[in-house]
Amino acid sequence: MPDILRGGAVLLAVLAVAALPLLTDGYWLSIAVTIMMYTALSTSWALFSGPTHYIALSTGAFYGIGGYLVATGMSDFGTSFWSMMAIAPFVAALLAGAIGIATLRLSGVYFVIFTLGLAEMIRNLVSWVQNNFLGSKGLYVLTELEERHIYWMLLVVTLAVFLFGWRLGRSRMGFALRILGNDEEVARHVGIDTARTKVLLFMTTGFFAALVGAIVAPRYYYIEPNVVFSPELSFLVVIMALLGGTRRLYGPLLGVIPFTLLWEVVSASFPSATTMVLGLAFLLIVYLIPDGVTGLIGKLRKRSVP
Amino acid sequence: MTPGETILEVRGLTKRFGGLIAVNDLSFDVREHEVMGVIGPNGSGKSTTINLISGALRATSGSVLLEGHDLTAARPHETARFGISRTFQLVRILPALSVLENAVAGAVLGHRQRWGQEADAFAKDLLERVGLADKISVPVSALTYIDQKRLELARALAGEPEVLLLDEWLAGLNPSELQVGIDLISSLRAEGRTIILVEHVMDAIRSLCDRCVVMNSGQKIAEGTPAEVLSDPHVIAAYLGDS
Ligand SMILES: Nc1ncnc2c1ncn2[C@@H]1O[C@H](COP(=O)(O)OP(=O)(O)OP(=O)(O)O)[C@@H](O)[C@H]1O
Ligand SMILES: [Mg+2]
Repeated sequence: MPDILRGGAVLLAVLAVAALPLLTDGYWLSIAVTIMMYTALSTSWALFSGPTHYIALSTGAFYGIGGYLVATGMSDFGTSFWSMMAIAPFVAALLAGAIGIATLRLSGVYFVIFTLGLAEMIRNLVSWVQNNFLGSKGLYVLTELEERHIYWMLLVVTLAVFLFGWRLGRSRMGFALRILGNDEEVARHVGIDTARTKVLLFMTTGFFAALVGAIVAPRYYYIEPNVVFSPELSFLVVIMALLGGTRRLYGPLLGVIPFTLLWEVVSASFPSATTMVLGLAFLLIVYLIPDGVTGLIGKLRKRSVP
Repeated sequence: MTPGETILEVRGLTKRFGGLIAVNDLSFDVREHEVMGVIGPNGSGKSTTINLISGALRATSGSVLLEGHDLTAARPHETARFGISRTFQLVRILPALSVLENAVAGAVLGHRQRWGQEADAFAKDLLERVGLADKISVPVSALTYIDQKRLELARALAGEPEVLLLDEWLAGLNPSELQVGIDLISSLRAEGRTIILVEHVMDAIRSLCDRCVVMNSGQKIAEGTPAEVLSDPHVIAAYLGDS
């Protein structure tokens, strides 16, 4: 019975969230789109980086692939938005697979730096190719899609990420990920193919990030490779996920909502201070709430119920 | 139980670390239901041998066969699935997992795989078996040293291995714990498990091993029953030379 109740509650919540564009279509809808986008990105980021503690700073690269492929496909090759949106996630997953294989032997800070450096390299490479060989006409993403359509598509992706994460948490592979996050040596010796597990999960996060990037591309109208391959986005995704906490599936969501709102205020009122806020937020979170909001709530609960 | 057919064959196993030959042309057989001791002074290559068999290290030359399967080039997750389980010289517990999950970890993708309630039930039995019945809901961080060792043993047993590798499982136990530990391994032996036991504690070697291999500087210098090898002049010289 409680299962049915919980299922009903989730369904109601989803319907309420889906109804949001019927209530508002201006500023608040655009904030809701941003929240939905970061929820999908941070939650899928946490699927890999949460249990394994491999902090990947490459989300911007995969997101960029999504946005860029849609833009170049539509502007330079005359393909449709929908076909590019379908292709981009697979391209990103392949790239993530290659990065995964290349970084298998790297641990800790080396992995972080490698993913960041690689994302920058991809950004520069794509800009260079675009400027030298492709459209001098610029990359336009002109569709009939309105903000609410984008919102609904992102909602579907977010639900897919949650469903995937929920299934993963109950699967052998999810358990294997937790074991390897604790001790890779032990993980290998209990029969876990750690390399395969890590690469597959990393590919999944790349897949979702590119899908999100493709869906929000129409929001930009004009795409600049230098902008869409955003290192700032990579950092934001990490900060939001850490703020919410990665131990629970809904953790990142609790970081995304407050931080998106804070970010809106900062970028509107103090645009020159964004980088500083980013760094400050990172320090504060790592020092004060290393397990995020959900970790904090868990701790308080334990204290009050002895 | 009386030893059966040969289950594990180690042939000419050699491991070089740069100029150092940690294991040098080592050969021995282990039979089913047998407890095979591996002894030798510090740095003689015992752990390296365990690491070669479990796939943690890749052999420079030589081979390891388990029931006819060539494990020489196998990676650790492959040897685990073929039926090699191990504990570590420095105990390795999964700190963020519960006691039960630590034991289940060995069952999920090991030699005989279990999942869900079946794995939980199996792991619970094993935890009782190794003496952790009353610690199942204790946080892992609160376990004493011997309990951590027990938990690691339960994890190693959870995949129902063909061969269990114990690298100084008794090291670091105090005298009363030591007897408990020896009794526990003795009960595994009585169940007919096949075990390779790396050990410094001579009492344990004498009471637990059917046969043992003595290593010195990476080479096998003796093989036989504990009584035979411990009275062998080469072995005595190796140990005296070491201290
Ligand atoms: N990964 C490694 N790299 C380089 N040298 C190593 C490595 N592992 C072991 N050795 C060296 O190989 C030799 C054998 O080491 P090993 O750990 O197998 O000895 P051991 O018999 O287990 O000793 P102990 O009784 O102290 O555990 C030692 O000289 C050690 O320093
Ligand atoms: Mg050793």
